[in-house]
Amino acid sequence: MGNEVLHVLYDDDDVLMKAVKDIREKKHHIEEVYTPFPVHGLDKALGLEGTKLAITAFIYGFIGLIVSIVMMNYIMIQDWPQDIGGKPSFSYLQNMPAFVPIMFELTVYFAAHLMVVTFYMRSKLWPFKKAENPNPLTTDDKFLIEILIDNNKKDLINFVKTTGAIEVKVIQKKA
Amino acid sequence: MNYIFTKNIRNTSLTLIIIGALGLAYGFLSTPSSVSEAQDMVSVSDHKEGHESPSSDDHDQDVIETHQDDHAIKTSGHNSEGSTEIHQEDTTSLTSQHNDKVDSQEHEVDHGEHLLHQLQNRPWAALYVAALFFFMIPLGVLAFYAINRAAQAGWSIVLFRVMEGITGYLLPGSITIFIILVLSVMHLNHLFIWMDPEVVAHDELIQGKSAYLNTTWFLVRALFYMFGWNIYRYISRKISISQDKGDYLKNHKKNFRLAAGFLVFYIYSESMMSWDWIMSIDPHWFSTLFGWYVFASMFVTGITVIALVTIYLKAEGHLDFVNASHIHNLGLFMFGGSVFWAYLWFSQFMLIWYSNIPEEVTYFITRIEDYNLPFFGMLAMNLVFPFLVLMNRDYKRNNFLIVMAGIIIVLGHYIDVYNMIMPSAVGDQWYFGIPEIGGFMFFMGLFILFTFKSLEKAPLLASGDPFLGESKHFHY
Repeated sequence: MGNEVLHVLYDDDDVLMKAVKDIREKKHHIEEVYTPFPVHGLDKALGLEGTKLAITAFIYGFIGLIVSIVMMNYIMIQDWPQDIGGKPSFSYLQNMPAFVPIMFELTVYFAAHLMVVTFYMRSKLWPFKKAENPNPLTTDDKFLIEILIDNNKKDLINFVKTTGAIEVKVIQKKA
Repeated sequence: MNYIFTKNIRNTSLTLIIIGALGLAYGFLSTPSSVSEAQDMVSVSDHKEGHESPSSDDHDQDVIETHQDDHAIKTSGHNSEGSTEIHQEDTTSLTSQHNDKVDSQEHEVDHGEHLLHQLQNRPWAALYVAALFFFMIPLGVLAFYAINRAAQAGWSIVLFRVMEGITGYLLPGSITIFIILVLSVMHLNHLFIWMDPEVVAHDELIQGKSAYLNTTWFLVRALFYMFGWNIYRYISRKISISQDKGDYLKNHKKNFRLAAGFLVFYIYSESMMSWDWIMSIDPHWFSTLFGWYVFASMFVTGITVIALVTIYLKAEGHLDFVNASHIHNLGLFMFGGSVFWAYLWFSQFMLIWYSNIPEEVTYFITRIEDYNLPFFGMLAMNLVFPFLVLMNRDYKRNNFLIVMAGIIIVLGHYIDVYNMIMPSAVGDQWYFGIPEIGGFMFFMGLFILFTFKSLEKAPLLASGDPFLGESKHFHY
């Protein structure tokens, strides 16, 4: 029983949004929603917790900033000081304006790349991973809601049919 | 739905205007009228600089009189740091002609004359900085408004009337600026040294620019820009109000086309305005991205003021249709605008700092040596503070934090304008004193008065706009 789920297919994102709200109102558990594109406001309708990716982005950017400062200090001040444009590299602070573009770039670089890596890890995605997508139509123009079936299968099926679904299927999930 | 101009606002603005006017008057009355008076003032105000001792004995007085005419010509160009080079050349050439003693006396006269000009400029500069700063707010808002019209933005419809209210200060602001420019042309002050024919006669660089930098052409251009901005504001406002009554799509298209055309005019005229009214105060110095830099400053200030006025009106219970997402969007623009401003500021600074060409770098040397605190303090106020406060999503939806960040941004950009004008006008004789605060209060009073007066004249909701529904339901 516990492994049985309902796959409900929709063909419009507005209908989907309404269906998600209705299903949640009836206290049914939505396992997952598959959509061909990001549907605005779906995360809120599903009651998902806000992402913490922004916080990690700030931390990564900060790390990038520190790395660039340490790096430029080593390269331009300690290891091989040069006199560029009449500005001898004796002090990091006095040469700092020249390093700002590098500080900026590395901040962005670290934030962007590490954020992508974090996102992939968090979503359990990696190269050559087999797709989890249950229905290829959701990569085209259809939307799918996966609902956990509880005690009353028939009522649930009848109810979701009223929400504008174009197809309802009972699927036995592998354990 | 209409906003009614309250007694509270009227009293506040009138109080500001009166106190500000008194402050400005004090500034004008307390300027020195002679060199010795100027030197007395400076030596009294700071004892630390002992070398500027007052030359009050008879012998020195004689020297001043005999050499005054000779030096009026040489020194009149000295209120710009760009001409410090000439100053040094002058003194070196003098050394070869006169003996050391005479030279040092000449130098003292030179210095006193220079000081007098700076101190006489100070109330004018305080007036001009504040007038320009408050004029640039409706100008920035006008650009933001036209961009929203031209982009046919859906979210900002509920804020259109607030923007139109703020641009209500555009016409009075233009008039105040124009009066100050005319007074400068009439040689009542020495803000623009290139207007002085005696300076131009001895300055080859300004002579080369005189086809552009001459008083007639200068005033014609000023009239031309002001006409363009004000006529757009007038027509667009008229269309916007007639849209409330009907012909929604036709009026929408009209305003769309008008805004697109206006933006082309604006970006040229704004850039030239910044050369004329700000950069020409240093006639030797130039920067190619100065127009953008000034634009960024007025753009972010304008958006900040939109947010402040919106939050004020909402707190008074007038803007029910403005939700947290609209404030959030304005917060995003404040954040983005601050970063954009800093980007342009740094682009200008770093290129000049790195290449280290004397005629360019003098601009920043004066600012770093004589204006260290306002110059770097402005970076903290305009970049670091809004960057850290407005980064968080929830903070942008918090009215209190938007107001806090907004006040800092507005003051920070006042200091930005201050840094553009003051170093060339008064040199190291700057101070945030009664004339500066008075000027700020005076124009803030005018600004508040005209903004809220024009808010009163139309309903606060542009109810005829075809995108109104989208704007009301805007959520982010």
